Amino acid sequence: MRWSSTRSSARALGIIIASGILFAFAAFLVLAAAPQKHLSVYSTAANYSLPIVQRQGRDYVGLLELLEPLGSVSAKFDSRRWRLHYNNILGEFTVGESRVRIQGREADLSAKFFFENDRGLVPIDSLSSLLPRILGGPVTLHVESDRLLIGSVGTHFTAAIAPEDSSRLVFHFTAPVNPSVSTEHGKLHMTFSREPVLAPASPTLTFDSKTITQAKFSESNGAAEIDVTTNIPLMANFSPDGQTITLEPSKAQTAAASNTAPPAPPQKLLAPSPAPPGAVPSARRYFAVVDASHGGSDSGETLSPSLAEKDVTLALARRLRQELENRGIPTLILRDSDANLSLDDRAFAANNARAAVYVAIHAASSGHGVRLYTALLPYADEEDDGPFRSWSTAQQSSLGASQAVLASVAAELKKQQVAVRGLTAPLRPLNNVAMAAFAVEVAPPGLDLSQLASPDYQQLTMSAVANGIADVRAQLGMAP
Amino acid sequence: MIPRHLYIGISVLLAAVLAMTIYALRMRGRAVATSVSPSDTRPVAPPAAGPTEQVTLFVAYDDIGMLQAHAARIPLPSVRQQRAEELLRSLLAIYLDKSSPHPLPPGSDVRGVYLVDPGLAVIDMNAAFADGHRSGILSEELTVASLIQTLSTNIPGIAKVKILVEGKERQTLAGHVDLSGFFDAAGINQLAAQLQNSP
Repeated sequence: MRWSSTRSSARALGIIIASGILFAFAAFLVLAAAPQKHLSVYSTAANYSLPIVQRQGRDYVGLLELLEPLGSVSAKFDSRRWRLHYNNILGEFTVGESRVRIQGREADLSAKFFFENDRGLVPIDSLSSLLPRILGGPVTLHVESDRLLIGSVGTHFTAAIAPEDSSRLVFHFTAPVNPSVSTEHGKLHMTFSREPVLAPASPTLTFDSKTITQAKFSESNGAAEIDVTTNIPLMANFSPDGQTITLEPSKAQTAAASNTAPPAPPQKLLAPSPAPPGAVPSARRYFAVVDASHGGSDSGETLSPSLAEKDVTLALARRLRQELENRGIPTLILRDSDANLSLDDRAFAANNARAAVYVAIHAASSGHGVRLYTALLPYADEEDDGPFRSWSTAQQSSLGASQAVLASVAAELKKQQVAVRGLTAPLRPLNNVAMAAFAVEVAPPGLDLSQLASPDYQQLTMSAVANGIADVRAQLGMAP
Repeated sequence: MIPRHLYIGISVLLAAVLAMTIYALRMRGRAVATSVSPSDTRPVAPPAAGPTEQVTLFVAYDDIGMLQAHAARIPLPSVRQQRAEELLRSLLAIYLDKSSPHPLPPGSDVRGVYLVDPGLAVIDMNAAFADGHRSGILSEELTVASLIQTLSTNIPGIAKVKILVEGKERQTLAGHVDLSGFFDAAGINQLAAQLQNSP
């Protein structure tokens, strides 16, 4: 009897331990599988996204990171108090408390303020009341979809069946858009992750067409989506100004159905062929692609104990985009938040943008001034295939243009008395980019590493880089 | 409800697990410390016997961001593959010295060099070399250019070079310079020429 009791107790203990292990394993799996949430921010200064973190069951975001692209911002932590300066506005936050002071006036957050790893975290659902006090203007927060619009930046759209052809659906947007488009049986999805596209009066639009029956607007996880329901394969055509998207029957699908399609290229990585010299692709909406190297778990070089390369490259890339756009050069930034992007992802995105020039931004603690690099191509182990370029040497046909841009940028940096050096480097993704491409590695001007984070130094170098690109824009296919 | 002797048994087992964990951690720490100990750094002594030969080593200098050609006399074996390994070890010896112009991580070593006809050289470096390498485009490319240019200058017939780490392909050396492809020896020769010009 006693032995039996002991055995049942041991079995019970074993079950409890096994259950605990299984529960911990299941919790780990659930947490590991949960997708990273992002807050998309749209403003006249910049569009960007920020990682959302969860604290005590609520969504939080770093306030300093949110304000950084919008103006001059700094913060200081002293004991439990975090003091934030945005332009001339002072915000005071206390760890563990929801009451804050903005310019001496009290306000309430919806939950406690957190300070972790030099980041001041505020609950997202408080942004609609907090930000107007700091920014001095209206903000619109879409809580369910994690989208934040600062000022009047929304992009509206209309959709209508073309009068002459009921199988064509035409979208008109109030600003240029560049959605990612995907299809599945009976659906075409357009995802707008970079544009503040807003819902029409009714989220579901129905059409008097046998082939395209409806378009439905939705938004979630920092992006807007339009799902078009159709019973034929559709393809999306973009107007040169990026404000009109026409969905029409896919000619390729029709050709495939009649067995007249050309054979598919071999299954290897290939880059699209660049446009002929002097030609301006009709679908080009961005002239320049700026790539903030590293990001997410890849911090790049640890420039100093408090300064990672990935943060400096992001700040430099944002400045370069601003400088290029100030010169009338439409610019796409590849990484506009602390996100992981593989080298292949960067090259794919750059090639798909069909821009004229690609700029990779790096930062370094060694040496001084700015180093510029064009690609040092690897030993060619595969050949181009018809109109497609070998992935590993896609840069080959653009090397001349790359060197011309590098020379122009170097000349502009010299004009600004910045020490500059031009080299080649075995550096991806330069090799995989089918357009003029170069990398900029910014080192401090002297021995002081903190200069890498200095707004004045960043402005000086990126302004010169933008001037160098603008000087050769005609050679690269853009009207001066 | 659980009998006392069961509590005692589990407690003893947990104590044993804890003790073994502490012991294992201490042993691991000792092993790590041993592997990165400065006393283990190369240079590897050259062969005691054999004639010395004049070679050209391309040495990186971080302070000026340049590569400089140095003439040296080192004993080299007659077998081509072993000559290649000794050449690179002589180069690493300079980088691992206290007065190194381009410090490499302690314990950096060449695991082997394989010369595969026609014209392919495979350099297999150890993990310490890559894992502790300083990050930065220029810093990484000085290392790679130094190794390959030294090899291709002194071992005729090398057209392309592959760098492996612990026998495996690696994407980048330390976050920048691409190690996934084959280096074109002619391209590296041009890069070495660029790196020998003062900035």
